[in-house]
Amino acid sequence: MAKTLKIGDRVVVDRERLNDLLSSIRAMGYEIHGPTVGDGAIILGRIDSDADLPIGWRDRQDAGTYRLERREDEAVFGYAVGPHSWKRLLFPPHRTLWQAEREGARFHLLPMREDTPRCALFGVRPCEMAAIRVQDRVLMGGPYRDPDYARRREACLIVVVDCHEPGGACFCASLGTGPTEAGEGWDLALTEVLQGHHRFVVRIGSVRGLEAVREVPWRDATPADLDAAAKQTERAVRRMGRKMDPVGAKEVLYDSASDPHWEEIAQRCLVCGNCTMVCPTCFCVNVRDATSLDGSRAERERVWDSCFSLEYSYIHGGSVRFSPYARYRHWMTHKLASWQDQFGSLGCVGCGRCIVWCPVGIDITEEMETFRANVGRKKEAAR
Amino acid sequence: MATSIERAVGAADPMVPAPYVVERFIRETQDTFSLELEPFDPSAELRFLPGQFNMLYVFGVGEVPISISGDAAEPKKLVHTTREVGVVTRAMRGLKPGHTIGVRGPFGTSWPMEAAKGHDVVLVAGGIGLAPLRPALYWILRNRDDYGKVVLLYGTRSPEDILYSKELAKWRSQFDLEVYITVDRATSEWRGNVGVVTKLVGRAPFDPADTVAMVCGPEIMMRFAVEELARRGVPTSDIYVSMERNMKCGIGLCGHCQLRGEFVCKDGPVYRFDAIEPLFMEREL
Repeated sequence: MAKTLKIGDRVVVDRERLNDLLSSIRAMGYEIHGPTVGDGAIILGRIDSDADLPIGWRDRQDAGTYRLERREDEAVFGYAVGPHSWKRLLFPPHRTLWQAEREGARFHLLPMREDTPRCALFGVRPCEMAAIRVQDRVLMGGPYRDPDYARRREACLIVVVDCHEPGGACFCASLGTGPTEAGEGWDLALTEVLQGHHRFVVRIGSVRGLEAVREVPWRDATPADLDAAAKQTERAVRRMGRKMDPVGAKEVLYDSASDPHWEEIAQRCLVCGNCTMVCPTCFCVNVRDATSLDGSRAERERVWDSCFSLEYSYIHGGSVRFSPYARYRHWMTHKLASWQDQFGSLGCVGCGRCIVWCPVGIDITEEMETFRANVGRKKEAAR
Repeated sequence: MATSIERAVGAADPMVPAPYVVERFIRETQDTFSLELEPFDPSAELRFLPGQFNMLYVFGVGEVPISISGDAAEPKKLVHTTREVGVVTRAMRGLKPGHTIGVRGPFGTSWPMEAAKGHDVVLVAGGIGLAPLRPALYWILRNRDDYGKVVLLYGTRSPEDILYSKELAKWRSQFDLEVYITVDRATSEWRGNVGVVTKLVGRAPFDPADTVAMVCGPEIMMRFAVEELARRGVPTSDIYVSMERNMKCGIGLCGHCQLRGEFVCKDGPVYRFDAIEPLFMEREL
């Protein structure tokens, strides 16, 4: 290969060579994680070869429903996002904050060894990349940083894969977070092209990405390759199941604080917190204290938490958000409105997980439209 | 495939507590007490501003946010006053001199000691709400010439529940400080005011047009106190309140303390009232 590769280049790697790319990434010292089939869904797992990827599978997703089906082709990435998001790896559900030991009436903290895995996140969807950028701002952008997240983020290699098979609950196109990668923070961005010879158009986004592709047989992307990739993206946009208009969402939701429609949602909402567990941007955590049986050792652990629990807002005397309507209102208002005040962006990336994994199929896009219509009517009536 | 780090204990991680020794345990009232703490590391001192809080950890039990109630001019002696309301504060009551406690902080915003300079100051405290206001009072008394008339209005349940009673008696006898105390339920010996603290606002001696008010207590009490202050003509931009929310981190990362867009732990707990008025009035926000 005479030409030297540089950041920003677009090359083509044939489907048959996908395994070479995986090997090359592994040779760089990364443990590869990516989509796999498990528990009847696409979930994240370890990828040792391309055979671990969900080849020939697709998903049917809609409000409160998710099913895997065989595809008629051998697409490697012919599905949308599953219940897992990458925050499992970058912001794990459990993390020990510190350990301490008692000596009589005193205690002292113990030194701790912390491992930061060098993970390659393989098959990150553009909406998920957007979610990682959101969490970067939350966990690394303020006066206090989460040191563990920062280390994991720094140690990881990210391979984005554009979506050609959006799900029924997806609405990234309307939020500008997909279905093709248009932002920053990734090392490689792949577009799977199914028409003609099965191949991947690969964009190189970093030195690490460059290193990963260098050892893999590649050729320059031709205008025909790029055109085929672009056509696929256009098709994906057209087939996207849902949409949400983010313009003015903050004002609408702030104006809707006393809308009785929250109560109507609360009639359906089970306050189970599923939406917060599957959401790729939700970052709330609780802490748990544990002691050894003889009381000589104690440790504090950080665990994912949900604003739907009563304990979440508990202060002596009761929970601040006791009513279910108040808890749903807090979650949705945070995602689409107050997040903007806090971090300068939406807390929603349009992945649709909260719609799919809600046991009763509450649809944030539909509820947003209801509030928008109600505020519109109120303004009309006030005229 | 992993990089390991040896983490030094407490190495600049705001989630790791520093060990402090309990120097004194002071029983204040039947359900309140104060702890005087000193750092293990004698060179350490915890510089704080009136109104800020710390996260206090009891070994194996848990951690809670508690406002600092000591004198900011004596940062080596850390004082916290709390009421026994939960598992952690009950465990704290069992601490004795020599015991270790974990401290993280200080966190949050402070009372407007600078903005109040040159003005009258009204402190309105309800119950344990006096504890976070005491550092403001110490500050004022140390810099008495910086402030105009200073009034403390304090309401509590009964005469037995009066916090810092000896100090209050001393302050009452001072000519440069007006102290008004009221109780919800009087006893036969009580010859003072009876009723809610907000009633005292109307007759306290201060110039409403030139006053900074600092209010701390239950939310419902703060709401009525603000109403009374506003009725007397204190602009809401000169009224400050201290909010209480569930807090697990103190640094804006756990999410628990959110009040719409506010992280009460880092954007608060002390707020200028006009900045959060709409949030204050909405139920279960």
